[in-house]
Amino acid sequence: MTLSVDSMKKIDSEVAKYPADQKQSAVMGALIIAQDEKGWLATETMDEVAGILGMAPVAVYEVATFYGMYNLKPTGKHKLTICTCLPCGLQGSLDAADHLKARLGIDFGETTGDGRFTLKEGECMGACAMAPVILVNNKKMHDYMSNEKIDVLLRELK
Amino acid sequence: MLKVEIDGREVEVPHGSTVMDATNKLGIYVPHFCYHRKLSIAANCRMCLVEVEKAPKPLPACATPVTDGMKVKTASGVAKKAQNSVMEFLLINHPLDCPICDQGGECQLQDLAVGYGGSSSRFEEDKRVVLHKDIGPLVAAEEMSRCIQCTRCVRFGQEVAGVMELGMIGRGEHAEIVAFVGKSVDSELSGNMIDICPVGALTSKPFRYSARTWELARRKSVSPHDGLGSNLVVQVKQNKVMRVLPLENEQVNECWLSDKDRFSYEALNSEERLAAPMLRKDGRWEETDWQTALEFAVKGLKDFGVLASPHATLEELFLAGKLGAPADFRLRHSDFSGDGKRKGIPWLGMPIADLAKLDRVLVVGSFLRKDHPLIAQRLRQAAKRGTQIHVLHSVDDDWLMKIASRKIVSPAEILNSISSFSDILKGGKNAAILLGNFAQQHPQAASIHAAAQAIGVKVGFLGEAANSVGGYVAGLPSGGGLPEVLKKKALLLLNMDPQLDCAHSVAGAKFIVNLSAFKSDVGDVLLPIAPFTETAGTFVSTEGRVQGFHATVRPLADARPAWKVLRVLGNMLGLPGFEYETVEQVRDACLAGREVAGLLSNEISGIRTDAKPVQGIQRIADVPIYFADPLARRSPPLQRTRDAQAPRAWMNAKLMQSLGVKPGGLVLVKQGEGEAGLVVAQDDKLPDDCVRVAAGHASTADLGPMFGAVSVEKITTQQAA
Amino acid sequence: MTMLDYGPDAILMTGLDGGNWRLKDYEARGGYAALKKIIAEKIKPEDLIADLKKSGLRGRGGAGFPTGLKWSFMPRAFPGAKYVVCNSDEGEPGTCKDRDLLRYNPHSVIEGMIIAGYAMAATAGYNYIHGEIWETYERYEEALKEAYAAGYVGRNILGSEFSYEMHAHAGYGAYICGEETALLESLEGKKGQPRFKPPFPASYGLYGKPTTINNTETFAAVPWIVRNGGDAFLALGKPNNGGTKLFSVTGHVAKPGNYEVKLGTPFAKLLEMAGGMRGGKKLKAVIPGGSSMPVLPAEIMMKTDMDYDSIAKAGSMLGSGAVIVMDETTCMVRALERLSYFYFEESCGQCTPCREGTGWLYRVVHRIETGHGKMEDLALLDNVADNIAGRTICALGDAAALPVKSFLKHYRQEFVHHIEHRNCLVEKEIEPKWGRAGAHSPSMAKAA
Repeated sequence: MTLSVDSMKKIDSEVAKYPADQKQSAVMGALIIAQDEKGWLATETMDEVAGILGMAPVAVYEVATFYGMYNLKPTGKHKLTICTCLPCGLQGSLDAADHLKARLGIDFGETTGDGRFTLKEGECMGACAMAPVILVNNKKMHDYMSNEKIDVLLRELK
Repeated sequence: MLKVEIDGREVEVPHGSTVMDATNKLGIYVPHFCYHRKLSIAANCRMCLVEVEKAPKPLPACATPVTDGMKVKTASGVAKKAQNSVMEFLLINHPLDCPICDQGGECQLQDLAVGYGGSSSRFEEDKRVVLHKDIGPLVAAEEMSRCIQCTRCVRFGQEVAGVMELGMIGRGEHAEIVAFVGKSVDSELSGNMIDICPVGALTSKPFRYSARTWELARRKSVSPHDGLGSNLVVQVKQNKVMRVLPLENEQVNECWLSDKDRFSYEALNSEERLAAPMLRKDGRWEETDWQTALEFAVKGLKDFGVLASPHATLEELFLAGKLGAPADFRLRHSDFSGDGKRKGIPWLGMPIADLAKLDRVLVVGSFLRKDHPLIAQRLRQAAKRGTQIHVLHSVDDDWLMKIASRKIVSPAEILNSISSFSDILKGGKNAAILLGNFAQQHPQAASIHAAAQAIGVKVGFLGEAANSVGGYVAGLPSGGGLPEVLKKKALLLLNMDPQLDCAHSVAGAKFIVNLSAFKSDVGDVLLPIAPFTETAGTFVSTEGRVQGFHATVRPLADARPAWKVLRVLGNMLGLPGFEYETVEQVRDACLAGREVAGLLSNEISGIRTDAKPVQGIQRIADVPIYFADPLARRSPPLQRTRDAQAPRAWMNAKLMQSLGVKPGGLVLVKQGEGEAGLVVAQDDKLPDDCVRVAAGHASTADLGPMFGAVSVEKITTQQAA
Repeated sequence: MTMLDYGPDAILMTGLDGGNWRLKDYEARGGYAALKKIIAEKIKPEDLIADLKKSGLRGRGGAGFPTGLKWSFMPRAFPGAKYVVCNSDEGEPGTCKDRDLLRYNPHSVIEGMIIAGYAMAATAGYNYIHGEIWETYERYEEALKEAYAAGYVGRNILGSEFSYEMHAHAGYGAYICGEETALLESLEGKKGQPRFKPPFPASYGLYGKPTTINNTETFAAVPWIVRNGGDAFLALGKPNNGGTKLFSVTGHVAKPGNYEVKLGTPFAKLLEMAGGMRGGKKLKAVIPGGSSMPVLPAEIMMKTDMDYDSIAKAGSMLGSGAVIVMDETTCMVRALERLSYFYFEESCGQCTPCREGTGWLYRVVHRIETGHGKMEDLALLDNVADNIAGRTICALGDAAALPVKSFLKHYRQEFVHHIEHRNCLVEKEIEPKWGRAGAHSPSMAKAA
């Protein structure tokens, strides 16, 4: 279960961003890369990152659990995070969340039976004016998500 | 200096001081949890908020730098209001069930809640639940709901122990202290986390729920283990040692203890204690009374030698040396050519606290972290402040500190490698060479000593055992020392497991009197003696500090203090000078008015420093921390740690290849007459043609000396079966 | 492509169509002219900073600290590494301006950071970008590559003695990293837990080296100031409130979005730019500076101008420029409940009052919202908020407390109604149309 050569290369370029004696700075980037490859951060994956960066394993675990976007458990193929903060809520994101829940048949924090979707409630994503906003697998942001657009999105995410 | 006024009282403190430093100087107590004077400032608990004139809000005393003319009020309305509110926050999620908490009665939160807490709670919601964790045999994390997230334990690991064993994961209300999944917390210093945890979250696993703090009598003592001489508080209930805690001594152990010092007491109450004198009759041990046993012993002690443990007390060693027989205490040493050529007693060469002042240190032949956990800790702090630590050794274990340079060579090459550090050391303003246990046990120990001296900087010895200096003060070696002792047909052994504690075989002796605190199969008569908690005595530490201690409990069953046993033996042998009534008289006779400081010297002369090459594969033997003495090796919790794993045959990939073995495979290691079947393990940092096989363990006890040539051959599966 | 409209006064967000973010486009808009001018004319760093002071530019991230003054704190002669850090960890609910700057005009931020590096003799600049806007992070990295290729960043910039490295660092879901010292901890590969100050970053910042941290929009304004002069920037706004400011207008308005206006523009004008109230409803309340700032009732806001000093006078703060607009249908209890949940969820857990107090506040507001409140709860809320505010290392404690106090101050009758009638004054019944009542269970189900 070791990281791929491609991931290792990407981690190297993250490490290169920081002074030579500050490899630990690359831990967030390395965990993002590892999660992108594996889908989530298993203990052995975090151990491996600790080894690469010369960190105590528990220090890596601290970072992975502090930042909300790391997956410490496997998720569905598509993790959908919808922001429900006050401004988004005022602009209809709660309705959008209800629509998502109804369409997927799951609540926040749950995964569909077919393993396709995990639904998460998000905090501010810095895109409030474009609410409702849905983030797919931490990477692709969809904004102004009306119910119709949500239906299209769900169809597209196989 | 800065002038500051605190609660109306003026005090001067140096630049860079915090308000907490100033209040400490005045003896004004400011409540706190996360602040610990040996740890970095976190300022997270907020309990020490005080009012500072002109500041718009209360400030944490621990983190606020003093400015000249500052006026601070630690107990004003503003300060008290802030402190009380923080206490309320701390308590809303903390279980309020002190009567069933192991920490009850010695809990900082409980104590401060009396002064700063309300009489009832305004918090009506459900309290936070944090799951318990199994983090190994020493520290219990059974009640993590009690944690107040002060992070002292985390900072201790990062800053003092040098290894981050615990971390605080998650965030906000979900933040919790954990070890990494599946990892245990048992670095050689981890027990200190129990002391610094201000609440009942981290507790002592062996001690848990066995006594209440107010039931315990507190008695001062001194650690019998390594040469540091840690000061102890031995806590006793109904004549039983229940727990050992550090007694703060800034000059010695600061406020810390190694786990060996802290948890070895569990051996004191073990089933393996020898409760009565025993005689071997027809190959079987039979209990007997003291008189019979002593008479039997005296009858056999003709033309005998004495081997005494360096963990024995000064008084015991003194009397052991007066029995009219050659005697020695350097059980693991193998080079005695320095005897008679040293100007004085080998010692650390400086006070322990002065280690911090060194700017360049070369540590030669030391398993530093495991042999001297708290000296390693001091050097770790020094390294952080810029002291260069250089290493010359045959293994490259992680010392958890910054190493400026290292040279890893075979044991035979150690001697000739010392001079290569000459320029580095001479470039320092206050440099020293510290010789570790491995260097002292080396077959060319005297030459190594002389070569170190030749560099021209300070030389120090890291004392192997509690009385490595004291043994010399007691007048040992005597009568030609260990080489002569081993020639004798009869032996008196004091406080040891000879196969494990002595690098030399005692199998040649026809008659053995074994003074031991524990059951043993060695000897013809076993005389039960009292371990350090049950006798009075003195240890002279590696810095030459003479530390006397009293018995903390009465001896178990028929066990007797060894100094009394030796006195009686002396009398029965008809020797003069054994008329002592008290241990103080023995000590006075031993010291004879001499100041120990005047006896210490690391000067040596008349030693040749030619290396002796060794052919073939060389053995590198460490004495793992929890195999090092009879007490440690019988402490169940210590024996469950990672450091107590059975020895393996460690070698680098090159040697593994030439032997045709793989990690996990089996090899037969032969040395002299003995052999040991061991599992192979890989360590590519080892020098070529060396195999690391630990001593001090039953599985390797049959092997010969700790150094020299060994043969290693692969055991095929068929052979193994 | 149609041009993006940030308003007639825009200087940072002008000439943008969403696709013209590349180096050549930026240069065509006059980009990098400021840097070239500095290098060519060997402008002295002291003079740059003096002009910046004159411009009245104040930090756009929330605290509004004068930028020129901040830059002057940097010990330029200090040997060794010194850092410039851009805070693009935009996560204050209501704020979404930096995302637009970074995705539509990234080189303005890069140029501003290079000039900052020059002015403060820094050796490297890091931009810490909110993890949720990953595509924007990738675009910024792409823009940075262009700047390197053009010789604007790296060794011997434009042939001068000045060398300066730049990198981007992605956050990954922790609001607290918008606090500058938490951001530094995070950059160092640790949990983003704020540091106690002093020492301040200017003396002990990233890796313990002198460091200056500014918001994205602050850096973006710097090239304009260099090109046009500090006086010109100041003249756009009001004394002590120089220049234009991007406001993110969200909530119950017809056209939520970012608008760049001169500081001192009346709120009413800004509301009009955002299309007025959605569905013609009546304005009830506004949080004028991001969710951490006190809420102000409509009648006060309609008389207030959008600049640091005016909003402070009105009883709130301009903060990050996030204007959250609420109409007459808004239940203020539910609004506070969602805000309180945010701070509870985002507390880093370091300081006792915030770690314990934010959860307490949220749970009591939740109780009131769901019809289980008691009259004593109002005093309790106020007191718990008081006990958090000013007692923590960073301002998150204050941020959690201030909304509670201001909502209770201005909308107490709604809380009282919830308690007395077990229903909502506005919505008449307690049913979660929006907000997060019932969205989760506040007890520690996870642990049990």
